Amino acid sequence: MSTAITSRDPGYPTDRENYLTNSSGILSWIFTLDHKRIGLMYLVGVMTAFAVGGLLALAIRLHLLDPEGWMFTGAEANNIYNQVFTLHGAIMVFLFIIPSIPAALGNFLVPVMLGAKDVAFPRLNLSSFYLWCFGAIFFVSALFSSGLDTGWTFYTPYSTTTDTSVILATLGAFILGFSSIFTGLNFIVTINTMRPPGMTWFKMPLFLWATYATSIIQVLATPVLGITLLLLIAERTMHVGIFDPEFNGDPVTYQHFFWFYSHPAVYIMILPAFGIISELISVHSHKHIFGYRFIAYSSIAIALLGFLVWGHHMFTSGMSSLTTIIFSALTFTVSVPSAIKVFNWLATMYKGSISLTTPMCYAISFIFLFTIGGLTGLFLGTLATDLHLHDTYFVVAHFHYVMVGGTLIAFLGGVFHWWPKMVGKMYNEFHGRIASLLVFLGFNGTFLPQFVLGSRGMPRRYATYDPEFAFLHQMSTYGALLLGCGLLYAFIVLMASLAKGRRAPANPWGGATLEWACTSPPPYYNFERPPVVGDPYDFHNIEWDSQEEKYISTEPERKLVPEEQPAEVPAHH
Amino acid sequence: MATIDSHSSESETHDEHGHDHDHPAWLAHHFDTPEQQFDSGKLGIWLFLTTEILFFSGMFCAYAMFRMLRPEVFEGCSQFLNTKLGAINTGVLLFSSLTMAWAVRCAQTEEYKKLVVMIASTLSCAMVFLGVKSIEYSHKWGMGLLPPGSYFYDEANPHPTAQQIVDQHGFSESTAYFLTHSLYYLCAPFALLLIGVFAWLVWAKVTDNKFQYACAKPLLVVCLSFFGGVGLGMVLESGGGEHTVAHVDGDHGAADAGHGHADHEHAEDAHAAETHAAAPALDVESDDVAMELLAESDLNTGAKAMLEAKQAQTAMASGQVVPPGVEADMGIATVEKDVQTKRQAGVFFGIYYCMTGVHAIHILAGIGVLVWLLIRAIRHDFNRQYFGPVDYVGLYWHLVDLIWIYLFPLLYLIR
Repeated sequence: MSTAITSRDPGYPTDRENYLTNSSGILSWIFTLDHKRIGLMYLVGVMTAFAVGGLLALAIRLHLLDPEGWMFTGAEANNIYNQVFTLHGAIMVFLFIIPSIPAALGNFLVPVMLGAKDVAFPRLNLSSFYLWCFGAIFFVSALFSSGLDTGWTFYTPYSTTTDTSVILATLGAFILGFSSIFTGLNFIVTINTMRPPGMTWFKMPLFLWATYATSIIQVLATPVLGITLLLLIAERTMHVGIFDPEFNGDPVTYQHFFWFYSHPAVYIMILPAFGIISELISVHSHKHIFGYRFIAYSSIAIALLGFLVWGHHMFTSGMSSLTTIIFSALTFTVSVPSAIKVFNWLATMYKGSISLTTPMCYAISFIFLFTIGGLTGLFLGTLATDLHLHDTYFVVAHFHYVMVGGTLIAFLGGVFHWWPKMVGKMYNEFHGRIASLLVFLGFNGTFLPQFVLGSRGMPRRYATYDPEFAFLHQMSTYGALLLGCGLLYAFIVLMASLAKGRRAPANPWGGATLEWACTSPPPYYNFERPPVVGDPYDFHNIEWDSQEEKYISTEPERKLVPEEQPAEVPAHH
Repeated sequence: MATIDSHSSESETHDEHGHDHDHPAWLAHHFDTPEQQFDSGKLGIWLFLTTEILFFSGMFCAYAMFRMLRPEVFEGCSQFLNTKLGAINTGVLLFSSLTMAWAVRCAQTEEYKKLVVMIASTLSCAMVFLGVKSIEYSHKWGMGLLPPGSYFYDEANPHPTAQQIVDQHGFSESTAYFLTHSLYYLCAPFALLLIGVFAWLVWAKVTDNKFQYACAKPLLVVCLSFFGGVGLGMVLESGGGEHTVAHVDGDHGAADAGHGHADHEHAEDAHAAETHAAAPALDVESDDVAMELLAESDLNTGAKAMLEAKQAQTAMASGQVVPPGVEADMGIATVEKDVQTKRQAGVFFGIYYCMTGVHAIHILAGIGVLVWLLIRAIRHDFNRQYFGPVDYVGLYWHLVDLIWIYLFPLLYLIR
């Protein structure tokens, strides 16, 4: 038995096989077609964007430390504040959250989890990374020219009249949109056509289902954003009279077009996070995922329902009351598949043997925070309460609970979960857990007070406020500082692992999906031959070997026929 | 498609991936079979076309909305579009779809000579289309039929000189010169291209480079087709059709005066419809009573201003003198007494230029990929197992064609 076990363990890759070292030099990265390297480059890119967006967020919070404004002073203080929150939003949405999980983790994981050699279109994949870079350059140039103060939504008519660099920023978003479309297109085709024998739709890990649903949204929604931004640029340069009321255009049309993309985009942000959590909860509870098909279908259901609810961003824009009621009702339907997921995760953890590893800490935080974020969404989907809460800090807190408490936490959990696979090093578990705790506390410290602020009537996007709100605002600011420290801590833990982390085994967590079947880090070709596909959540044959301190597969090796023994195939066949 | 042939056709060593043995050169390393590669590409292009349709759908939505809001503007303004030129372009694109589909077939049957001819014909049609389009565009630009920001059409003087544009409409001299001479500007890049290709042809002939000569020859025809299209457009535009509002040039102005008048009537209709739409709000007295009640409160400055504006407008409508300092404008453009029909017409042209312009950009992109395809076809890159790129570009081309088939009736025909 023991010989069979060692032969099942892929061991460690040689330098020639390791995708990180099999070719060297800066050009081997710039022109790489390897999805794993592209994923890693994306990871560096989105983390940089996150750092910039995060610093801007801290600047916002520090400014709000004092009712009259603390951070920015002088006559231009309010103007600077407008630019800072706009860039914070735009950078976080377009440069970080949308590409974070699908482009960075997705690129690395989709082909490996699927058992494929690469994505279907490797060149397109690389070009979408460079499109992301170009888009980022446009955003940065907007930052360094005359700034941007429209809010990340670029609402007309203000965006057609302000003299800040709306064109640069919208061109950036337009280019980023194409990057997103091409990534989504690539994943759909990869999942449809690159599955190895035996990888049926219902043997796919749930992360792939979530990525598939995300990709559908990326492909179907992003073009509408593209044309909207293009028309906005045309409006600014040529005054085509479509959105600008001065030329007989209709600014509410812009809102409809914009949210037709941007509401589904919310699900581009959260769906891949659901996928990660499904993996994390199951692997670290060492228990088969509960309700596999329900989770898979609920991802698709969310993707489709997400296209029908954009109007709930516009309840106060003067739609007819019938329309608002319909949009409100449709909004509630989205909560059904979301709740299905949460219940299934809880049922998966129930009676599982939970290891409180760093990724699991993030996964459990996610369930807490996403549930709060989701339930407060119901307040905003209800017409009567939305009229009161619209454009207050309640909205800010709600979507930060979903975007940060949901997506960012899941992204961190995913990074910690697959870090050993990506770089081949283990990080320090103790410090990782402390960091996750700090992030959790800091996050709640930042945004829980904002629910109270909002329901008491503190409007969003204001640079100064009534002194009665000072205590809650200060609490929020201190929470943000703690959150920043926690994130920095987590980053240091990861960086320290590169320097002196233990070498990662092939399967550090005892996962059953295919990425754990190849070495850490994977060889550049992923799999020498199409891998044997089993149930991605069957942990019966994976056991902890306390002597070697790693998980081993106790499954007897399967015979591969007929590829391995071509001689045995009858000649007359 | 059988995979058996593929193994013998070519053997290529991929140093990047040691595990590849008998992949033919055209089969990417990460695909196992030609079928897998073909299916992936096909699914990819269909998804891409879906995104293209959604991309255009935004503009179709805008069209539908503004048409619903201002039907009279759309009716009046579509008279300015030359149906003949639109029809010719539709025919040209339909024919190019035929040659494109034929090219796919030729790639499958490995008839290389015919394949090159078919791709070159598709390209030539695309160029004719652009040639005709540049006539249409330059003609409208000269007349000032532009988006609302720069619209300056004047029936009394439909073809102003550059100096008139500067004096009467406040454009800068360079812009005015561009507007009156836009055809030259549109033709210039293609003329440069033509000269470049011709030089390339001569150079290929001199250096006796057969491959480059074979590439440059069809491309020269393609570039010439653009000017064919321009010529065709000129003839049709000046010949005048039943719907040609087109005050083609000064000489024909008198003959077309009738049409000009028709336009004027449409503009008047638009005017009437606007005032009519605004009227009920002004007439209903109960509204005024409610407004007066609201305006009694000092806090309700909005209602006060609204009421004052209404009173001022009623006064203006009945010919009374408006006291100075009272704003007659309620802040809603459509209630203004002097409805600016030019700006309304501008909305039509805004949508017209957005839709046809984005479509023309797609034609240009199509020309780009077709040239790439042409060179690969001359290189004999395609065979009965590997014709995917021709097929994919073909699908894209059909979509671009199809979008025009929707644009043509929506913009030119429906009145």
